[in-house]
Amino acid sequence: MIEPIKFFTGKFNISISDIESLLGVALSRGGDYADLYFEYAALNSLILEEQIIKSANRAARLGVGVRVISGEKTGYAYCDEIDVAAIRKAALTAAHIAQSGSGDGPINVSLVSPAHDLYPVAQLIDDEPLPRKIELLERIDRTSRAFDRRICEAQVSLADEFKVVLIATSEGKLIGDAQPLARMRVMCIADDDGNLQSGVSGGGGRVGMDFFSDEMLDYYANEAARQAIVQLEAQDAPAGSMEVVLGPGWPGVLLHEAVGHGLEADFNRKGMSAFSGLIGQKVASELCTVVDDGVMPNRRGSLNIDDEGNPTSQTVLIENGVLRGYLQDKLSSRLTGASLTGNGRRESYRHMPMPRMTNTYLLNGASDRDEIIRSVKRGLYAVQFGGGQVDITNGKFVFNATEAYLIEDGKVTAPVKGATLIGNGPDALTKVTAVANDLSLDEGVGTCGKDGQSVPVGVGLPTIKISEMTVGGTK
Amino acid sequence: MITTDLLSDIVKQAIKRGATDAEAVGVESTEFHVEVRLGEVEKLQEAASRGVGLRVLYQGRQASISTSDTSPQAIDELISSAVEMAKLTSVDEAAALPARDELARETADLGLYDPDVGELTTDRKIEMARSAEEAARGADPRIANSEGSACSTAVRNAILVTSAGFTGEYQSTTCALTVAPIAKEGAQMQVAAWGDRQCALASLDPPETLGREAARRALRKLNARKVTTREAPVVFESSAAEELLDDFFVAVDGYSIFRRASFLLGRLGETIAAPGLTVIDDGRMRCRLGSRPFDGEGLATRRTVVVENGVLKNYLLNTYTARKLGLRSTANATRALTGAPAVGFGNFFIAPGVYQADEIIASVKNGFYVTEMIGFGFNAVTGDFSRGASGWWIEDGKLAFPVEEVTIAGNFRDILRGIEMIGDDLRFRGRSAAPTIKIDRMMVSGE
Repeated sequence: MIEPIKFFTGKFNISISDIESLLGVALSRGGDYADLYFEYAALNSLILEEQIIKSANRAARLGVGVRVISGEKTGYAYCDEIDVAAIRKAALTAAHIAQSGSGDGPINVSLVSPAHDLYPVAQLIDDEPLPRKIELLERIDRTSRAFDRRICEAQVSLADEFKVVLIATSEGKLIGDAQPLARMRVMCIADDDGNLQSGVSGGGGRVGMDFFSDEMLDYYANEAARQAIVQLEAQDAPAGSMEVVLGPGWPGVLLHEAVGHGLEADFNRKGMSAFSGLIGQKVASELCTVVDDGVMPNRRGSLNIDDEGNPTSQTVLIENGVLRGYLQDKLSSRLTGASLTGNGRRESYRHMPMPRMTNTYLLNGASDRDEIIRSVKRGLYAVQFGGGQVDITNGKFVFNATEAYLIEDGKVTAPVKGATLIGNGPDALTKVTAVANDLSLDEGVGTCGKDGQSVPVGVGLPTIKISEMTVGGTK
Repeated sequence: MITTDLLSDIVKQAIKRGATDAEAVGVESTEFHVEVRLGEVEKLQEAASRGVGLRVLYQGRQASISTSDTSPQAIDELISSAVEMAKLTSVDEAAALPARDELARETADLGLYDPDVGELTTDRKIEMARSAEEAARGADPRIANSEGSACSTAVRNAILVTSAGFTGEYQSTTCALTVAPIAKEGAQMQVAAWGDRQCALASLDPPETLGREAARRALRKLNARKVTTREAPVVFESSAAEELLDDFFVAVDGYSIFRRASFLLGRLGETIAAPGLTVIDDGRMRCRLGSRPFDGEGLATRRTVVVENGVLKNYLLNTYTARKLGLRSTANATRALTGAPAVGFGNFFIAPGVYQADEIIASVKNGFYVTEMIGFGFNAVTGDFSRGASGWWIEDGKLAFPVEEVTIAGNFRDILRGIEMIGDDLRFRGRSAAPTIKIDRMMVSGE
């Protein structure tokens, strides 16, 4: 496995003493804290469409971000190369945020290893020969088309990356990580005499080539095809407020939107979140315990260290309905005195870190899925979702069901068309009246956007019942 | 420095190493971003960034590669890998560079570069952000907090060189100012973000104007409530109408058409919307963010009428989608550093109508005035639309009370046919723009 420090000092003309003097430059005008984020990433994508490999793409992304914190102020600059002179220039630019005086010269750092080793990978997908990757896509295409003669098209893509990072802080820490990430995606289109419908599936994580077994590929292929076929029969979705049952896995995007973003420390420190000042108060039914867990092996949202070099962890956000804590980054933790949670993340060296989720899920309850469905007289059973969005300040959030069914007299009946569900974060979870014992995480395809930065995340949920939620159908 | 010479060399080398065709892009930019909150600078970011991308074709097979590392060794690796990767993909009959006679013959000066943007001092940018936030906070005592205000500028140089004989380069600037005040009353809080984004500094709304408008938008959200579920006429304020237009684009994007993933498949020449609707894409408007002298494949950009008086006239295409559909490119190729070209719009807008926004609201007896939408509930394959919305309820032609936590839903076929009135209030704050529009009825779902 790659040693980040050897990787950067070996591949580029830079040494630990250069890093120490660059940290000194970053604090040359004063400032409370500085860090350097070295990144080298290889990003590959492969696209199959109309039964042929249409494009193979590769990008190399490398550079260094320099951050200087002075009180509540942050100065940031970066360079698109790993070169001492260019980093020095960025450090001087970032240093300007502080005006309190002069620095003390180089800052000694010592190398430490991450506490976790969550994604050891035997065989990096990045090292895999292209023909082998192509076989995976072709298998999915064949399997999808074989699912039903009405599947007229499959679009399959594999995106994989391998990122090596090295973080040096003015607190004297030098720490690195090597982070694999891969995502397979398939979209099928079904055509039944001009009635066109689509279905999407896929998965991945911080995994190697062995993750994409034939069984896994066939599962993605059949799942996307199945969803498209189900949609051929879909009726108009209902409109109005009703009982909603969410299936396990990806519907956990509910937590991500309803409470996750609202619990990020930056919004709360500034009093901008609908959850500001609610620690210790009841924000969910006692059936709900929500955690953000950055230390799950091989998960898409997991990290050995966050993008500020701090250990990731499992953070309890809501315990038996009571709000316990926020997701912290370095800046918020410095300003509020809260303990770090290892949630300082960034998209790349071009971006400042901020508090972000990792894998966010609700713990199992005691109910049984079938029992929950039997208890609903008229409602919606939603099992697959697209994206969601939240207004942090008023708490209103939406998420879009892409596969859902009516529940009538305790039975799952007709499939319905996609619809948006809307709710209010601080009270949505107070309406959770049953939690089943079938927790699962999503397949590993989630990407979260905040302030223009995208980072990979995971979500999870057991089957739950919400007593009342507005469903945005047309009927 | 990324120069036309460097990119020409890359293209020549790619051909020399076996590529049938090659296309190199280079982008260099200087970006600045400052955020002020409660009067104090909170974040200041400054950087110069750059990147080079190469797309090669090898006997109908395609691959692309990009890097920010412009060292000779990295460039050399870039070229070899691209050619080697292309050899392993499939033959795709439609993958090709545009024909020589389609290429732009000159690089038109569209006024996309404003020297004032590059010369703006850091202090002045901080001052602009501060003024916008001050104006918002001073507008009303209920503006009790702020997400902050941000001023961003970018100066960008883009180069495209292709083996079909195209070399083009242009400079452009962007400046943006946004502000997001928070209104508070009792336990409730509402935020509204408002701003402007332009090529030229002089076109940007003054900070005070943006601040006051942002405050007005946050204040009017206070005390909002749900309404009961019902069908009703819906008026979209221009900024919300613009989001509808962005969804509509997906349905006329050539990729959606050849993939059979659009409800507008096979409808060219047919009436798809109310007779008042005209939708235009124009990549050549002077000094506008969506303008550029040539598209991502070197074709001269142009004005394309997408919908004219309710009739679907054109899809938006690049070379690939045009070849797939047996049509001609509309010069809408966009090119990221990596990947094959996509289709994007230039300045994409709904032609203004004759009504004032007030007249449109006054025409509604009982309906919903949508000022903000949330979520991504549009399915271009079927045209089904369902999104979260907030705004005001209209009673007897007047704004009666604010509304939130409801959804609006319908099928785009009906939404387009149901456009009853179009406002005269078209203003570009980005690359797409729409005036206020009124739809005869949609499902509003609440309590």
